[in-house]
Amino acid sequence: MTSSTADTTTMTGQGLEDEQRRPTRTPEFERRLAKRYRAERNFKRMGQGAIVFSIAVLVFLLGNMLINGIGGFQRAELAVPIDFAESGLIGDEVSLTAPSSATVLEIQGLPEIVDRYAERALGEAGAAQLSRDAWRDVVAALAEDPLLINGQRTFYLAASSDLAAGLAGEGSPQMQALADQLESQGLLASNWDLGFLSRSDATSPQQVGIWGALKGSLLTMAITLALAFPVGVLSALYLEEYAPKNRWTDLIEVSINNLAAVPSIIFGLLGLAVFLSVFPNYRSAPLIGGLTLALMTMPVIVISGRNAIKAVPPSIRDGALAVGASPIQVVFHHVLPLALPGILTGTIIGMARALGETAPLLMIGMRAFIATPPDSFTSPATVLPVQIFLWSDEIDRGFVERTSAAIIVLLLFLLVMNGLAIYLRNKFEKTW
Amino acid sequence: MSPIILILIAIGLSLAGWLAGRAKAWTFQEADPAVRPAARPVYYAWYVAVWIAIPVGAFVVLWSILAPQLVTQSVLASPGAADLPAFGFERESWLAEARAVANGNAPGVFNDGAQALIEPFREANARYSVIGYVLTALIGLAGGMLAFMRLRPDFRARTRIERVVMVILLLASLVAILTTAGIFMSLVFETVRFFGMVSPVDFLFGTFWGPDPMSNPQNPDGSRYGAIPLFWGTIFIGAIIAMIVAIPLGLMSAIYLTQYADPRVRTWVKPALEILAGVPTVVYGYFAALTVAPMIRDAAVSIGIENASTESALAAGVVMGVMIIPFVSSMADDSIAAVPSSMRDGSYAMGATKSETITRVLFPAALPGIVAGVMLAVSRAIGETMIVVMAASTAANLSANPLERMTTVTVQIVKMLTGEGSFDHPATLSAFALGFVLFLVTLALNFIALRVVKRFREAYD
Repeated sequence: MTSSTADTTTMTGQGLEDEQRRPTRTPEFERRLAKRYRAERNFKRMGQGAIVFSIAVLVFLLGNMLINGIGGFQRAELAVPIDFAESGLIGDEVSLTAPSSATVLEIQGLPEIVDRYAERALGEAGAAQLSRDAWRDVVAALAEDPLLINGQRTFYLAASSDLAAGLAGEGSPQMQALADQLESQGLLASNWDLGFLSRSDATSPQQVGIWGALKGSLLTMAITLALAFPVGVLSALYLEEYAPKNRWTDLIEVSINNLAAVPSIIFGLLGLAVFLSVFPNYRSAPLIGGLTLALMTMPVIVISGRNAIKAVPPSIRDGALAVGASPIQVVFHHVLPLALPGILTGTIIGMARALGETAPLLMIGMRAFIATPPDSFTSPATVLPVQIFLWSDEIDRGFVERTSAAIIVLLLFLLVMNGLAIYLRNKFEKTW
Repeated sequence: MSPIILILIAIGLSLAGWLAGRAKAWTFQEADPAVRPAARPVYYAWYVAVWIAIPVGAFVVLWSILAPQLVTQSVLASPGAADLPAFGFERESWLAEARAVANGNAPGVFNDGAQALIEPFREANARYSVIGYVLTALIGLAGGMLAFMRLRPDFRARTRIERVVMVILLLASLVAILTTAGIFMSLVFETVRFFGMVSPVDFLFGTFWGPDPMSNPQNPDGSRYGAIPLFWGTIFIGAIIAMIVAIPLGLMSAIYLTQYADPRVRTWVKPALEILAGVPTVVYGYFAALTVAPMIRDAAVSIGIENASTESALAAGVVMGVMIIPFVSSMADDSIAAVPSSMRDGSYAMGATKSETITRVLFPAALPGIVAGVMLAVSRAIGETMIVVMAASTAANLSANPLERMTTVTVQIVKMLTGEGSFDHPATLSAFALGFVLFLVTLALNFIALRVVKRFREAYD
């Protein structure tokens, strides 16, 4: 640094002769330099700190959900041996596998039979803590294996949420003592609960499942995709390839940019004020939810689709035109297939956002207590994020773990979708 | 009558028309090899299919509106309808019950009078669904035949089809305008109804918010509809607390990632930040309510603040800030990248350190873009719903203490519309007025931000 200063001063002339002789690296200069370098290091450290903080929050958030959620995939179950041959229940292959088997067995007194065997195995205090709907699991087992009606089996039936809390070391001291006693006898254990993935909403955290909400989400997403994808792609094609430069086109562009920035809850208000007054019978149906989310997702698809179409080089269009293709043929035979991977990536990202969306669906009533999975696009349903919201409002402690487990399922779906988008982008991305 | 069967008929007929059209087009060349058809066979096929699909589609829409009315009319003409009350609510409910039973949506009727109407309903349903199917088939066949007759070697099927495609493309892009208009109209309509009951002055300048959905809707108490505490809560949580978290962290992480970080670090950290942006807001809300809020309250109590709330504005704001970090970061990233590298090189040539270059050259040059990014971030934060619904309070409070309970516009929209109040009550309608204010504010923020970004880009291009 010293030598370069010397060079410049010599060249600039005589007037700077004095300065040339003065040493550049004075103590003040060194101090200033050290201070500047210190500031530099601190600045860099602040940047690192910001990154570390963001990542730490992410890890804390995901770790928190994971640790809580693992408990949500388990439930406290009581071992109850039932001897069907002795119990006097009657049934054959036809009646036990029929949909009405639960009613038939209830009339025959199955709930009382289950209670009696539970009392025999667990004692009175233990049997009182059997979940009230536990006999339905027995019905399901009989439907699966009707020959069981002549034999016996030890069932692992859901315990009450009080006893489950006791097993987790929370709740009242009596329950904790009872849980300890039953656990030491090997009658009470926390088992993996695969039924969580196949049941629907219930009032007790021991009996809830997410299949109903998941199916509602899938139906809603199907409607959203079926509407938003074609409309989004076609309007992206129109705006990018054919639209004349005039006031109407500007209006369309402005509306799309605005829609992409409107808060999602406003779409909920639109759904409530317009869709629900046109179809008042379809309150909380996946059809209306899908319609609302489609309007929200469409701008995302249009914007990403336009970028993908813009990335197709003009030489492709010129080449096609030169061999006699019409403008429509150019776009549908050449531009669209080349832009499709980019459009799909944008669509998946838009769909992932729609899958996690809660607020607009709350507005149109998809927050009712739905204990059976929806069987059509027009039957009442709820969706996974709304289910998470509803469970998070429950007072029962058992719902905390169930909520986290539902969040894990939702995050897994989002992870798969985003992974697919990244894979598509890497696999088909072309640089021309 | 089931619309699915109608749609299946339409698709089946179109497919048949498509195949017939193509088969006819193939015969052109076989019949006379010297003739060169004006279009490829597939266009003749589409021409016939379109002539079936469009009229049938229009008819199906019309019929699904018309048929229920025709059914009701024929039921009213039946002898069972003689006992029907002449007017009013009861008449409607009898009809609705009988209709539900006849359609298989309900097991039985409550009013015995409706029992006599079930059979007429069933009969009329069956009659009109057969009429519907026959008419659908006839219209499809007529359209198909008409188109089929016009197919000749010199018929320009391609240009016709392309005209239809262009119209479809135009219609698709009009959906965006319709949606915007729909949002605007529905918000304006309900807001005007609300302002017919509560004065806009009370709403915009009142300082007490406490609508009572059970009160008499005819005579609402305007002094309970002051939205100032909501606006303040929204600004305090979304534009102040969240931005205090998001701006420094987002900006510094963007600077570190673009200016300092090793490319290998960047390939790992950037997707991690994107994950932070992809986490659904309901998950953030759960995190805020269950983990962050108790943490903040305990911390406040441990330093001697006794009345700290678990629904504090601070918890919701901080978590919202974390959610916004990736957004601010990517906006800052874009604006810094847009600064010409000659400016940075000039600064280095003068002997400035990296941090001096960033803070004194790059940052001022990128400032308009960063400000626009922050405005977009604010507009996103004030429209955010789930975090505040789950973590903030529903109690309106005009206070500057971040540990106090506070509510926002979005929380009140959700509260008013998910409550038990009737749809005509001013408390319910106030949600639309709040939504309208939110819509206008976010729109204005976005509009200004996009203008700033555009001008900023032009300055350096």
